[in-house]
Amino acid sequence: MQPSTFAPLSARRLLVLGGIGLILVGMLFGDIFAVFVLHQNAARVGASLAAAAHAALAGDHAAVLANFRGVGAFLENRGTKVDTHVHMIDFGYLALLLAILQPWIAFEKKAKQGFAWLFLAGATLLPVGVFLIHYVGLASSPLQTIGWASIFADFGGLLVILATLGLLLGLVKYFRSHTPAHVKDGLFSDRSAAGRFLLAGGMVLVLTGFLHGAYYAGVDLYRHEALDSSILTEMAKAAAANDAGAVDRSLEAYGQLQGDKAVKIAAHAHIIEFGLLAMMLAFFQPYVRLRETWKIRWVYVLILGSVLLPVCVLMELRYGLVAGGLADFGGLLVILALLAMWIGILRYTGQLDSQAGEV
Amino acid sequence: MSGSRRLLILGGIGLALWGMGYGLWYAVFAEHQALNGIGASLTTAFDAAASRDPGAAETAFSKYKEAKYIYDRQVDVHGHWIGLAMLLIVVGIAFDRVRFAERQKLVLACALLAGAAIFPLGVLLQTFDHGAIPRGIAILGSVLVIAALLVVTLGIAGREALSE
Repeated sequence: MQPSTFAPLSARRLLVLGGIGLILVGMLFGDIFAVFVLHQNAARVGASLAAAAHAALAGDHAAVLANFRGVGAFLENRGTKVDTHVHMIDFGYLALLLAILQPWIAFEKKAKQGFAWLFLAGATLLPVGVFLIHYVGLASSPLQTIGWASIFADFGGLLVILATLGLLLGLVKYFRSHTPAHVKDGLFSDRSAAGRFLLAGGMVLVLTGFLHGAYYAGVDLYRHEALDSSILTEMAKAAAANDAGAVDRSLEAYGQLQGDKAVKIAAHAHIIEFGLLAMMLAFFQPYVRLRETWKIRWVYVLILGSVLLPVCVLMELRYGLVAGGLADFGGLLVILALLAMWIGILRYTGQLDSQAGEV
Repeated sequence: MSGSRRLLILGGIGLALWGMGYGLWYAVFAEHQALNGIGASLTTAFDAAASRDPGAAETAFSKYKEAKYIYDRQVDVHGHWIGLAMLLIVVGIAFDRVRFAERQKLVLACALLAGAAIFPLGVLLQTFDHGAIPRGIAILGSVLVIAALLVVTLGIAGREALSE
């Protein structure tokens, strides 16, 4: 391993530690959101929709409007939290990818470092801005539909794009040079058991997720879309016909449909994301300063959690809270394994820095 | 760096930038308007039901259905382009571990890149045309990605088995 590729405040070190940090915070946020907000919020959306349907039944226009404002607010609250969770994790993934590519980016150390800081600033600003959208709203905004939090979030996104574009230019510069220098990097030649298991396990997880996605698109997607609209139409027709029983039946069917959709999409997204994470972590195993047996144990924990979470999410509709609890436990296993690897990398940086200090 | 590896890494970064640019455009110019449209059509539908006007409710619901159909696909396209781009880059970095000849690896890389680009494109085209062609493009893209990834996995597994 060449310590120069992982020097203090080098682009690679910033992106690796920052990237895993973003993924960890994003996952923790997701777990907290799932336990304390998601289900309660879904119940509130359902209750507001039911109240709107019953208001229509009673011919109460004002109550219909008020309840739909409630549905809109709950959905915005939920949507912005999901977006915060997803963007933070995805930017973490992108940071890890850019960290792997560093030896091929033909810029000076300072320039690469600048792009890494710019990336991390944008990758933090966007999710924080998105999280605040629900709370800041349109207060003091110069625009009609977009508030300050959205503006800052979009600015964060722009910073990420600029940083990624800058690093891409460095990569293009490398490839355009007449005789590109051969890149020697210990991360690419590592064939440790932990790395190989993560890479193979990750690819199998991604493939499983793709197959599940294809099945969902072929069997459920269009059926769900048709049902979504037809159930709501039936609900409104029943309300117009003053048929309370039919309204309640439609409400129940709509709740079940939303649950079915949510668990299938969540399982598909999570198994692929965990697979991709495992594949990326495979390359950083040489930086994880833990004993080989412990490295393997954490790999097992990560893969186990990566399978447990999506499988249990899929079973949530049938087995309820037990499956939900197991899914959250799966998420916790992934977080713990990732934290252990992050600590291992921190130990490695400490070792490198102390060796450099002795020289 | 081999041509296949270069194609996957550069193609992946290009696709990620494209997906992010699309997401930025969508967030600034389309998303809020789309969400407002979905909310407004739902409210109008139930308001019409409160007025005992099933015809108006049905019209509003068809607007809701169309707006939701477009919104879901536009968000999916953003996520899938970026997600697949990241997969291309990771697979590209690991491509020296695939045991096939460079020519075969180049075909695999082309299939992966083409699939990753056209699968979300097919989904996006469905927002303009609900017919079979956009759906067919999306299916072709997903088949290309899944088949190529399956072969890559076998190639890596073969290499690992040989090296043990």
